[in-house]
Amino acid sequence: MQPDSREIEVAVLVSVGRHPVTGRARRADQDARGVEVALTLPGARVRLLHAGPADDGSEEALRGYLGMGLDRLTRVEQPEGADVVPALAQRLAAAPPQLVIAGSRAERGEGSGLLPYALAEYLGWPLVNGLAEVEGIENGVATLLQALPRGQRRRLQVRLPAIITVDGAAPMARQSAFGPARRARLESCAEVAVMDKALGEWTLMPARKRPKRLKIIKAGSARDRFKAAAAKAEGGGGQLLTDVTPEQGAEAILKLLKEEGVLR
Amino acid sequence: MLDTLLPILIFTALALAVIGAWRRNRLWRQGRPSSVPILKGLAAMPRRYLVDLHHVVARDKVMSNTHVATAGGFVAAAVLMILVHGLGMGSSEVLGGVLGWVLLAASATMFVGSLFVAKRRRNPPARLSKGPWNRLWKSLMAFSLGVFLITLPTVGLLPEGFLEGSGGWILALGLAAVVAWGLGEMIVGMTWGGPMKHAFAGALHLAFHRRPERFSTKAGGEGRSTGLKALNLDDVDAPLGVEKPADFTWNQLLGFDACVQCGRCEAVCPAFAAGQPLNPKKLIQDMVVGMAGGSDAGYAGSPYPGKPVGEHQGSPQGPIVARQGQALVDAETLWSCTTCRACVEECPMMIEHVDAIVDMRRFLTLEHGNTPNKGAEVLGNLIATDNPGGFDPGSRLHWAADLDLPLMADVKQAEVLLWLGDGAFDMRNQRTLRALVKVLRAAEVDFAVLGNEERDSGDVARRLGDEATFQSLAKRNIATLAKYRFQRIVTCDPHSFHVLGNEYGELGGDYEVRHHSTFIAELYDTDRLTFSPWKGGSVTYHDPCYLGRYNGEYEAPRRVLRALGIQVAEMERSGSRSRCCGGGGGAPITDIPGKQRIPDMRMNDVKETGAELVAVGCPQCTAMFEGVVDASAEVRDIAEFVADALVDRPAAPVESRPRRPAVEEFCP
Ligand code: SF4
Ligand code: SF4
Repeated sequence: MQPDSREIEVAVLVSVGRHPVTGRARRADQDARGVEVALTLPGARVRLLHAGPADDGSEEALRGYLGMGLDRLTRVEQPEGADVVPALAQRLAAAPPQLVIAGSRAERGEGSGLLPYALAEYLGWPLVNGLAEVEGIENGVATLLQALPRGQRRRLQVRLPAIITVDGAAPMARQSAFGPARRARLESCAEVAVMDKALGEWTLMPARKRPKRLKIIKAGSARDRFKAAAAKAEGGGGQLLTDVTPEQGAEAILKLLKEEGVLR
Repeated sequence: MLDTLLPILIFTALALAVIGAWRRNRLWRQGRPSSVPILKGLAAMPRRYLVDLHHVVARDKVMSNTHVATAGGFVAAAVLMILVHGLGMGSSEVLGGVLGWVLLAASATMFVGSLFVAKRRRNPPARLSKGPWNRLWKSLMAFSLGVFLITLPTVGLLPEGFLEGSGGWILALGLAAVVAWGLGEMIVGMTWGGPMKHAFAGALHLAFHRRPERFSTKAGGEGRSTGLKALNLDDVDAPLGVEKPADFTWNQLLGFDACVQCGRCEAVCPAFAAGQPLNPKKLIQDMVVGMAGGSDAGYAGSPYPGKPVGEHQGSPQGPIVARQGQALVDAETLWSCTTCRACVEECPMMIEHVDAIVDMRRFLTLEHGNTPNKGAEVLGNLIATDNPGGFDPGSRLHWAADLDLPLMADVKQAEVLLWLGDGAFDMRNQRTLRALVKVLRAAEVDFAVLGNEERDSGDVARRLGDEATFQSLAKRNIATLAKYRFQRIVTCDPHSFHVLGNEYGELGGDYEVRHHSTFIAELYDTDRLTFSPWKGGSVTYHDPCYLGRYNGEYEAPRRVLRALGIQVAEMERSGSRSRCCGGGGGAPITDIPGKQRIPDMRMNDVKETGAELVAVGCPQCTAMFEGVVDASAEVRDIAEFVADALVDRPAAPVESRPRRPAVEEFCP
């Protein structure tokens, strides 16, 4: 697209995913979309970075990313239960790419979606979430399209280096091919492991599907029903709090939770 | 003068032919190695030609007789011509001059044959190639007539001195020219790439066929070899499928070169008829173009629908399918095939189109990662959930919650292992499965199912080119099956039937597999089922490709229908010529657009019989036919017909009944 675009260094953070139905290890859907974004970026030199323990199950899943047409992946070896943020940050700081792409949240482990933010804080880089498309990169500034709810898009410009995260709004990942996946190199390297102490104290259990709020539609005519179905979910009774103290904010949230019956 | 000229002509032609053969051989040898017994193959060749090949050719009686006369006459005439005119053995000192007379007879026979060839070219059907093929009859005539005439003086029907003197000279030269023309086409052209190439390449192709087991033997029995060959996945350096023409094995290349462009494959191809961009004949010719290098502009037959001839080119070491733009063949051509094998079944040259198509698909899927449309999703599901729909593998038996099916994990052994197939996730097919269970119970068959331990057989993955996923599924299924004891597997899915029966063997799983129609026929024959007489309307039967052409089972379903008292109103295309439903080979998944839909065409065939019901024996066919809008006939599986007609037999002694479920189909 851009003949004058120079090469840009892109690092994609990839994790071992988990299939929602069978729980089998696989390439994580969002991370794979991140790889797809990177691969379709003109002039991008893409490297893949994974932090985690080295075992057979994860190797096959990681090769899923390589099958998209990359010839190597670097695995920063970390023991089970380690906090991978410091290791990844050091790794990235040692050879800083211009762009880091990551999925919004992991499919196993904590899955809190905090990693990109922690990394951004550590590195002092800006972060853009919910990326739909990278429109172009010029003179160290990336023009991005961010996905907002209901198919809306917002155009943003961000100075590189930056971290961007992708979710289901990014384009689908291409098929992973067996041959390239098998031939590509999985390089391992060591980095100091910082154990995640807090995690060790937690009890983990399978998540349950969150209940979905029913929309109560009191509409007489088909036209009203259609309008209600197509309408934006506007929180009519909401209020926007600005310039309040943390205490006031917490108070307001607590009040809402009580009203909604979440807290009793 | 002819006495000197003829040996020169003949031996020059032979020498040129030898050079051509050597060059052609070099083209074939660009292919990958493939070990075939050379001498054994050559020894088997005459039988393969006379029996197997002619078995196919004979489906067209006129053409068959034409070929016998022309080819037989030619082979005899060519050999005798070398003896008589090349080596001068026509004189009365040798065998009393009988050779000359035989030569006359042979060339006369050939001439008669060539008249029929000429007649067929007057109004050729669309499937025949034009171009050089249009001149072949003239060359045949030139050869036969020329040889006939030059032999007349030899046997003394014309005076020896007839061709001397000034008038004679001109006549002799003219004759020599005609003979030279004939020799050029018939002998030199054979190895240099004219229409007669099919005879040379065809003979060697029969001898070195990659599937020797598909030919009949003297011991009897018609050979059948339909299972795809496994890729070697253990060797990391082994190539995955076919990227360029030189990636085919040498005997596959030789096979492509044997094509006579008769277009029989084109005439039966459902994808071609539906206007999808596939024509098996053109595909084979494209492989020949690729093997020799060049463009397809010289091709003189029907194109791929919607793709003009002359825009594609290739070379032996160039890609067949380009990642971007055009090369020799477009990917959608390869993905249009339903792997119905109609082309292979019809091909008089015993060319294996489906093998070639899957070989090329393998490369596209395993190396390019480019399976079109729903392909990637389905393969992803197969990897993650062991079924193409992405359903929870733990829900495989939900449809049978009330049937209390015996599980292999509990009973460990049974006479029959009932293989459910992925139809277990499909509401329509669940009706068929329930009917089948009812039939098995009525016949008191000792059976069990794998339940949640069953996985997709790998059929779709393999035909979409994903050999890795196929082998992974197959190996896990084989390991599961190895845990239990059973005599045979019965399934209502011909695809599972084919894969379990014909393709697991190479990976270490040998089973006796029966299609449910075969098994039901056996149960009926041994008096284990009794039916009430048929009272419904007229019924036709659709042969599933994977049951019929892949496994030769045409009779059992018809026998079952007859046993039910149903007179099958046959469709014009039935049995080995049955037209595909469009559901095989992953075609509904890759979904290449055409002008019509294949199932619509087949339901039209059904309509022409006036039948109110179409009996099927395959979940895929059922799904395809039920998707036809405004169909004139209702679709019903053989098992459903049987289950509906069951009548209680006089009570069997109670203790002989196996463990009965608490809940059964009860008539209060
Ligand atoms: S592939 Fe076979 S059936 Fe098709 S045109 Fe060639 S010889 Fe005839
Ligand atoms: S297998 Fe069937 S669909 Fe495929 S090329 Fe042959 S006839 Fe056509």
